[in-house]
Amino acid sequence: MAELDTSGGGHKAGPGVKKPKKLSTRVDLTPMVDLGFLLITFFVFTTTMSQATAMNMNEPKDDPEQQLKVKNSGAMTILLGKGNQVYYYFGELVPETISQEFKSTSFKGIRQIIVDKKKATPIGDLMYLIKSDSTSTFNNSIDILDEMSISAVPPGHYAEVEITPVERMLIQKTEEANGIK
Amino acid sequence: MPKVKIPRKSTTVDMTAMCDVAFLLLTFFILATKQKPPEALAVKPPSSISSKAAPDESILITFTNDGKVFLLLGDETKKGAIIEDLNTTRNLGLTPQELVKLKKTEFIGLPLNQLKSALALQKEIPAAQMDGIPTDSTNNELSYWLRSVTNAYAGEDQKKLEQILLVKGDGNAKYPVFKRIKAAFKQNEIFKFRIVTNSKDIPLGSEVYKESREANK
Repeated sequence: MAELDTSGGGHKAGPGVKKPKKLSTRVDLTPMVDLGFLLITFFVFTTTMSQATAMNMNEPKDDPEQQLKVKNSGAMTILLGKGNQVYYYFGELVPETISQEFKSTSFKGIRQIIVDKKKATPIGDLMYLIKSDSTSTFNNSIDILDEMSISAVPPGHYAEVEITPVERMLIQKTEEANGIK
Repeated sequence: MPKVKIPRKSTTVDMTAMCDVAFLLLTFFILATKQKPPEALAVKPPSSISSKAAPDESILITFTNDGKVFLLLGDETKKGAIIEDLNTTRNLGLTPQELVKLKKTEFIGLPLNQLKSALALQKEIPAAQMDGIPTDSTNNELSYWLRSVTNAYAGEDQKKLEQILLVKGDGNAKYPVFKRIKAAFKQNEIFKFRIVTNSKDIPLGSEVYKESREANK
């Protein structure tokens, strides 16, 4: 068996032999601290605080007797189409003035229009009708509901309504004219 | 004048304490961050300014980009009751063993008529390969599932049920998918549910922004 010589006093140090210097056991920890803080910063910056939130959704009851009567002067219809396009008109569509009344905008533009309408209408008459075309996305329908809360439209003053064939046709025509795919 | 000898002190500082602090913080951050549960379905929800946190335990309806609908029954206490109720109301003919097996699966994403044969398989079908729960207007099976959910929660606080009924969908999914899910809710007289979104900041200068500033004054 191999044995380690641990006695240490095997030989006396002669006059010419230098005593071995005692090495310090201290290690410089600076790089380790650097590494530690680097990792901390890395973790702090990379973790995204992605706490999922939940939005309340209230659906109306399909009760024909409780159909709300909406005043033409206070109504604004918002239509969602392909390619994140938003179309809108005020009141009711009249065949003669369709081309001027039926307007298209984007999600950026609709906010101001919603706010303007809200300011111009007595709150009792105000009603936003949201209609989604089958080509619009889930993003769009949530975004427009979000726009309602961004513009502080009180609940009960906006509703999702089924789109009519005339409106669908108008959207398609506008899309064709504007070249939206 | 006698020279004053200033003893030269070493400039090295003991780094041990600082090192301890650094790694303590590191361990804290690593342990404190909640790991996201691995998601079998890739879904990118839309964003909204809502700041209410979504509950962890929930009855979650997920729909993907291509319109497949999945159900995740997160409330373990009611999961068995819901599945058993569905078994009897829809005459699925599942044996007790199969019910137990179904209770263990995380995502439910198969048409009812495929459930029994899928449970007989050795390996579970990955969620990404499932067809999704049919939601067509003629055969809205999601509506049957929700019927069993309401049956299982009958006699309990309905406010609580409203809180945990969640819909999470991919933002790029087409609107009709969402419409059919809403139809399934409506068929069961559920008019309130919640939608899972990513939070986003309130835009500066908007009406809500002004209101919240007024309130803080």
